[in-house]
Amino acid sequence: MRHRLRFARTRRGQFGLVIVAIVLAIALLGPFVSPHGPSQLTGAPGAPPGGGHLLGTDYLGHDVLSRVLWGGRSVISLALSATALGFALGTTIGLIAGYSRGIVDSLLMRSVDVILAFPPLLFFLIIVTSVGYSEGVLICGVAVVQAPGIARIVYSATREVSVAAYVEAAVARGETTAAILRRELLPNTLPTLIANLGLTLTYSVLLTAAVNFLGLGLQPPAANWALMISENRTILSLNPWAVVVPATLIAALTIGVNLVGDAISISLGRSETTVDARVDPAAAIMQGNLIATPQGPET
Amino acid sequence: MTASPQALLDVTDLTIELRSGLPVVQDISLALNRGATLGLVGESGSGKTTVAMTLLGYVRPGMRVVHGQITIAGEGIDLRDEKAARRARGRLVSLVPQDPATSLNPALRIGGTIRDVLEAHTSGHANDVAVGEALDRVHLPITGEFMRRFPHQLSGGQQQRVLIACALACSPPLVVLDEPTTGLDVVTQAQILAQIDQLHSERELAMVYVSHDLAVVSQLADRIAVMYAGRIVEHGPASMVLTRPRHPYTRGLIGSSPDHVTPRQLHGIPGVAVGLGDRPTGCAFAPRCAQRVARCELELPPLEPQQDGRSVRCFEAERTPPLQFGAPLAPATPASAEPILLVRDLKAVHGTRGHTFTAAEDISFAVRRSECLALVGESGSGKSTIARVIVGLHPPAAGEVQLDGRRLAPLAKERSRDERRRCQIVFQNPYESLNPRQKVEEQVARPARLLRGFSRADARAAVTELFERVRLPTRLGEKFPSELSGGERQRVAIARALAAGPAVLICDEVTSALDVSVQAAVLDVLIELQRELELGLVFITHNLGVVATVADSVLVLTRGRICERGSVNEVLHHPSDPITQQLLAAAPRLRATAKRDALVSERA
Repeated sequence: MRHRLRFARTRRGQFGLVIVAIVLAIALLGPFVSPHGPSQLTGAPGAPPGGGHLLGTDYLGHDVLSRVLWGGRSVISLALSATALGFALGTTIGLIAGYSRGIVDSLLMRSVDVILAFPPLLFFLIIVTSVGYSEGVLICGVAVVQAPGIARIVYSATREVSVAAYVEAAVARGETTAAILRRELLPNTLPTLIANLGLTLTYSVLLTAAVNFLGLGLQPPAANWALMISENRTILSLNPWAVVVPATLIAALTIGVNLVGDAISISLGRSETTVDARVDPAAAIMQGNLIATPQGPET
Repeated sequence: MTASPQALLDVTDLTIELRSGLPVVQDISLALNRGATLGLVGESGSGKTTVAMTLLGYVRPGMRVVHGQITIAGEGIDLRDEKAARRARGRLVSLVPQDPATSLNPALRIGGTIRDVLEAHTSGHANDVAVGEALDRVHLPITGEFMRRFPHQLSGGQQQRVLIACALACSPPLVVLDEPTTGLDVVTQAQILAQIDQLHSERELAMVYVSHDLAVVSQLADRIAVMYAGRIVEHGPASMVLTRPRHPYTRGLIGSSPDHVTPRQLHGIPGVAVGLGDRPTGCAFAPRCAQRVARCELELPPLEPQQDGRSVRCFEAERTPPLQFGAPLAPATPASAEPILLVRDLKAVHGTRGHTFTAAEDISFAVRRSECLALVGESGSGKSTIARVIVGLHPPAAGEVQLDGRRLAPLAKERSRDERRRCQIVFQNPYESLNPRQKVEEQVARPARLLRGFSRADARAAVTELFERVRLPTRLGEKFPSELSGGERQRVAIARALAAGPAVLICDEVTSALDVSVQAAVLDVLIELQRELELGLVFITHNLGVVATVADSVLVLTRGRICERGSVNEVLHHPSDPITQQLLAAAPRLRATAKRDALVSERA
């Protein structure tokens, strides 16, 4: 376990964790401390901060602070579930295609290319107009849009790993394909995968925001940071806080998640290199690995 | 040793540490006369490459020079100022790097590469004539066509020649060669070494030759400095150091080096080299040393000049016994005359429809219990492909593989569990053959559970026993492969293969990535296992010295075909095929020639 939590000891990892924790706390605990309900009309539209409204009011006269405190849950739950689903889908496709080669590889990867070729929003438009809108559709839609990118990354990582001697050893002792994928390949594509977690989550947040912005997703009375940015852009000059605060929170979330993701993948990647450093410091220094942790993992 | 006034290179008290304060190399003092060659020898982690790079005034990021001076041809190299150090490169000293494939910029043509070197170190424009001169020096074609080639259009030997041409382009008096032949085939290696030797004698060139391979160094060096854990432990005339080593580590290194002319039993050095952070206060070699006394662990022995002109860093140097080479164990008598593994008329092909390449053809051989058969050949001779066909990773195009008289299916997944169990393979690269994300014991237990149906508890007991067999401490089981050294990893890989309880073990270049002292220990384990478990061993290697040590019989392969076969003795001493003869002639041997001795006494 110590092995896995090593990222939390890097400055980058700690900084990211703190940011993510703050944003999560606002999103999860916000509704309990909110002064007003999310769709309660409390004042004149577009009023600047003052008069009981710490952040002013939005384009309809809701309290911005209350909507910020209520509006994180859906952002995070939508983006998280869409990312998780996208990862599951993409990883499965990438692993199978990368390992199997031949016809299965071509079939899977060419279908991935077809989805990649579609503009994501057009893709949404088609889905929403054909099956109608629901949160489930939104999550699935974002996941399907994300999966091809993840599949490509996992695919190339798998191709790289699948020629390693330990995979050959597994083939030679007759392991099943499922066991090879799960035991030998998946764990070794993890650093690449986790490095992309942050980016994908970011993209999920932005994509749901874009879909909401276009009116294909959540509908206006709902409180959602992404939606707030789009609905309040008309009153930007009257009360900029109605846009700036949710935008900052989304930005903070994405930056925090990216920092954590980077820290994890670096610490996973480093577990190989530090010890090579012990064996051959010269080689490790050549790669620039020794600067941070010259001693290697203590044993 | 003291620097004579006319010394070309003079290094005094060089100490380099990491920014965190861990020493990398300590108290290095060297001197080299014009036209002389120093062999800087050490295993991985000894700091030899760090010293070599510092000779070029280059200190890698993350390291700093604590103290020490380097003077080349009377000019001090400023180790703290990269810009000043750069002025010395090319003019006073140059480098021939280790890996030609990655050292040449793949996007630059050969002519352009050499022109860049000339223009970087001399003023003005370099024309094709100057580039041609540089190429001609290393006997490369000087045609415009050749200069327009890209590195990937050259063979490994040609690439290394281009790098040597770059190093000599500005005629520096000193050249540092950092393992320049390590990635090359023996025959190419012999050619490059001959070329280096010729350039050396023609041009009064002083060389520092850095290598882990004593045999290669002994071809060229007048003097040898042996490094261990960042310090020089023995330094003296080559013939003296090689024939009568005084430091126990030097003796251990020589004792670990296999030789194909006089097969010998190898004595590996027990233990593992100390890591960068764990260097003890006393002698760094003490934990592995057979002649240590209490004092060795308490204080650091000085590098003391001896009466015979060398220096040794050992309190007990007088007690170091002379070299002794026992003959290798007599071939084990095979338990039965019936072959356990039989390969008949095997043909293997690479590539897909239309574009195919025959990797191996007409391959037939048999291995009996307790017998070790070596497959020898250059890279590309098809030996690894044959190994892959035997274990079912590559389907044969023709021919068959029989195990105990029964024909095996082409692919592993089509073979029965018992067939897969009885035929195991150990791969070349210990850094690639273990899953980096699984604990070592889990990986060793897996074949026992999958192929022998062991319960979790039985498998654990088997792992403990196997660790003992391959001489690994049991506590290593808890570790991930990245926490082990190369030799330890390779032993884990052997244990994993043995966990299946095989009858035949295929070893594909299992020691080629290891240091010699580690190689000797791994070979020792394999020989013992072969005898105790009555394993049939197929040992694939390009190293004839290793063949002489482990094998009973040999197949020599070239371009996918068998060109010679016979007992080790016959093939190594009376080779009939020209390819075998060429291989044997090219294989480096530890030697201290009379010519070298003459040179040394002349310059002394």
